[in-house]
Amino acid sequence: MSDDKYPLSRRNALKCMAYGGAGTLFALSGGVFTPIDLAIAASDRQGAAKFGKPLFVQISDTHIGFNKEANPDVAGTLSQTINIVNGMVDQPALIIHTGDITHLSKPAEFDLAQQLFTHLRTTEMHTVPGEHDTTDATVTEYFSRFGKASDNKGYYSFDHAGVHFIGLINVLQFKPGGLGTLGEEQLAWVAADLKGRSSSTPIVVFAHMPLWTIYEPWGWGTGDADQLMNQLRRFGSVTVLNGHIHQIVQKVEGNITFHTARSTSYPQPLAGVGSGPGPLKVPGDQLGAMLGITSVNVVKHPSALALNDTALA
Amino acid sequence: MLLTAVGLVILGAMEVYVPSIADTADSTKIVAKDFMFNPTPLTVKAGSTVTWTNLDDEPHTVVSDTGLFKSGGMDTNDSYSFKFERPGTYHFTCSIHPRMVGTVVVQ
Repeated sequence: MSDDKYPLSRRNALKCMAYGGAGTLFALSGGVFTPIDLAIAASDRQGAAKFGKPLFVQISDTHIGFNKEANPDVAGTLSQTINIVNGMVDQPALIIHTGDITHLSKPAEFDLAQQLFTHLRTTEMHTVPGEHDTTDATVTEYFSRFGKASDNKGYYSFDHAGVHFIGLINVLQFKPGGLGTLGEEQLAWVAADLKGRSSSTPIVVFAHMPLWTIYEPWGWGTGDADQLMNQLRRFGSVTVLNGHIHQIVQKVEGNITFHTARSTSYPQPLAGVGSGPGPLKVPGDQLGAMLGITSVNVVKHPSALALNDTALA
Repeated sequence: MLLTAVGLVILGAMEVYVPSIADTADSTKIVAKDFMFNPTPLTVKAGSTVTWTNLDDEPHTVVSDTGLFKSGGMDTNDSYSFKFERPGTYHFTCSIHPRMVGTVVVQ
C-alpha cells in the first residue's frame, strides 16, 4: 500500500540487507532514518547480538486476564516474552509497553501484570494505556499504578540516549462511531514539547491505537493524528510505535516510520476479515509465531534506529 | 382482487402484531454480538430496566453519550443493567469499539 504511494521514498531511502538468514533488515541509506522489519527467531540470539545494543524493546497488548480459547494462558506467553527479552545478549535500556496491559482493567489483572514485569532484567518501563486498561468506572486502576510519569494525564515525554520519546494517549476521548482521539489539549502539549527542539533530534512517538488509519470500519486509527504528523514532519527521524491490532503493519511516509507491534497474548484477524477485531483462534502450534515483541536498535547513533520484530516461536 | 388485497393487509397486520407479543418478554434486552448492538433502537416504557449482555469473546462496554450511564468492561456473558426513569432518546457506545453504537428510546 505504502509502496505504491511512496515509490520514491522506498526506492531511494530504503536499502535491503539480508540478515543472518533469520529475516530481512531494511536500513536507511544516506541518512535520516532507518527502519523496518526483521523476524528474529527466538533461537537465533547469536544473530540478534550482531545487531548491537537494543535501545529499547516494545511490548504490547499483554491482555492479562484474557482466558478464552485463543490463548488460555496469557500470563504464560508474557513470561515467555520476558524470557526472550532477558535472554538478549545486550539488555535494552528501556521497555516501552504500548497498552492493553490488562484485558478488563481489573485490579487483580494489573497486579499480576506488574508482578510479571518485575521479572524483566531491564527495570525501566514506560507505558501508555490501551482502551482495555481504562474500562473501570473511575478510570483510576491504570493511573494509580502507571500515571505518575504523566501526572495522571496519560501523555508525557522524556529523553534517552539523544532520542526524544513522546508517550501519547488516544483511548479516552473516543467519539461514538469514530476512531481514537488525541484531543486539542494533548496536541497543544505536543506542540509546546517540540517547540525549539532541533529537527535532527530522533523522535520516538508511542501510543496504543495506530496513529494512522489502517482500517476505519474497525476503528483502527486515530481521527486527529494528521495534526500530530504535521508537527512531526520537520524532524529527520520519527518512529511511531503502536499496538492495538495484534499484528505487524508498517509504512514509511517521508521521514516518519509507522509500525504496529504484535501482541504477547493473542492474534487478531487481518483488517476486515470476519465480523470484527476479536481474538483469532489459531492452532496451538501456530500461536507462538503470531505473538511477539519489537526491539529498536541504534544503527547509526543518533540518527538511525532499526526496528526488529521477534516472534515467541 | 380486492378481497385478496384486504386479506394481505390483515395478514400483514397480524405479522406485525405477533412478534410484538414475543417481544414483551425480551423487550428490555440488548445483546452485543459480532461487534454490534442488537436490537437498536430499542423502545421501552419509562421506568424500564434495560439489560445489555455481551455474547462476544471480546469485552464490550456500554457508555451513554451524555454520561448518564456507564458499564465497566463486560467479559463474555457478563451483563449490565440501567433503569430509564424518564422518556427520551438515549444513545450509547462501546468505549472499546466506538464503532459499536446503539439507541434506547424511552416512551
